[in-house]
Amino acid sequence: MSGHNHDHSHAPVSDMPTLISKYEVLETAIRELLQEHGLISAADIHAQIDTTESLNAELGAKIIAKAWADLAFKQHLVENPRKMLGDMGINVGSIAELKVVENSEELHNVVVCTLCSCYPRMILGAPPAWYKSTAYRSRVVREPRKVLAEFGVDVPDSTKIRVLDSTADLRFLVIPMRPDGTDGLQEEALAKLVTRDSMIGTGLAQQMVKSSD
Amino acid sequence: MKLERSNSERRGGGGRVVNDVGGLDFNAIDQSEHELTFYEKRVDAMLMVLVGNSVFRVDALRRAIESYAEQEYDGIPYYDRWMKAIRDLLIEQEVLDADAIEVRISEVCDRLEKEGLEVDRAPVV
Amino acid sequence: MLNSIPPQRFKAGDHVRVLDRPSIGHCRTPVYLRGRSGIIIGVAGRYLDPEKLAYHKPGMPAHLLYRIRFRQVNIWDTYTGTDADDLEADIFEYWLENATKENKK
Repeated sequence: MSGHNHDHSHAPVSDMPTLISKYEVLETAIRELLQEHGLISAADIHAQIDTTESLNAELGAKIIAKAWADLAFKQHLVENPRKMLGDMGINVGSIAELKVVENSEELHNVVVCTLCSCYPRMILGAPPAWYKSTAYRSRVVREPRKVLAEFGVDVPDSTKIRVLDSTADLRFLVIPMRPDGTDGLQEEALAKLVTRDSMIGTGLAQQMVKSSD
Repeated sequence: MKLERSNSERRGGGGRVVNDVGGLDFNAIDQSEHELTFYEKRVDAMLMVLVGNSVFRVDALRRAIESYAEQEYDGIPYYDRWMKAIRDLLIEQEVLDADAIEVRISEVCDRLEKEGLEVDRAPVV
Repeated sequence: MLNSIPPQRFKAGDHVRVLDRPSIGHCRTPVYLRGRSGIIIGVAGRYLDPEKLAYHKPGMPAHLLYRIRFRQVNIWDTYTGTDADDLEADIFEYWLENATKENKK
């Protein structure tokens, strides 16, 4: 049965019902008409899907790992993200500006877009459903400590929480705190500890797993 | 889940537009994840391509969605809202004709049913 | 005809209040911040006006966008976090007015 609208969890594709929703019909109709009018091409759509699929939190993790490993890079990244990422071959795009903030023992940043779902897609890919939900958008500005606790992040009272509401064209990337015991790790290994949620501020970077030998 | 928009924190002379939810209480956050379906990726791609081709700005899409009633905003899934807004904007910009869209919808439904699929023929209002 | 660029009204460190007025149409100044006071952290840049872009207008003149930091206890009547917690948002100049320290909230 299509159209159950109460949450964003969907059945896996193989279990999808054969009832085609009216919105899927609309999408097909519009796409065909737009192509026939020469306003979009099938190639445009496929290229865009490919781009979207290729963008995920791995790119963000790579940036964070480099920032952890190279303090000069981190400082320049915060000061001029567009340039530093451009040097890495990453185009932050002509539409929005990127601002990079750093979490620490003193300050924990968490990002939201209360008005819609603005998100640094060029770095992290498509946002998770909860980020776009009215529940997250409404509550994280008003009770961030409670919301973070629900995400498993307990921020002590000695740490200030700063909520960043993406009301305009700026997008935000959080540098999470570097986990303990990671000195000397190569960037590739560091990147594996960086979670998507830690770059939004609703999670922490993973702790090092102690090796068995 | 019954969604209520409490007015207890409402300030400002004009009241709230439906998307302006900061500070309201929408209860538990559903943290479940799902990969975007192929349909969702197509809607997302259509939006990006249309904006990239300057057919309209993303600000206009946002405005279209913000004009929906609360039940629509809360009740229609994210990408379905976008698809509806894309249609509304294309008609508003006179890029596509509303009648032509309806005719094509009907043809698409016929086509899918011939393939043995069940189709929701209800109109997207 | 050029849209003349109005002079910058605020600078980092200024106390400002978000106007408490209704919006018409598309607006990127959230209701929860209207009437609330904070401090300018900096200028985010000049941007085309989203309130006009939303209606297919060119969005000119580009307005100054400011990063503003608010204390959470100044936003919410019943904030349950700590006194130090804050929030930042990007607000356009034409939604701001001077706030003196006395009438900050």
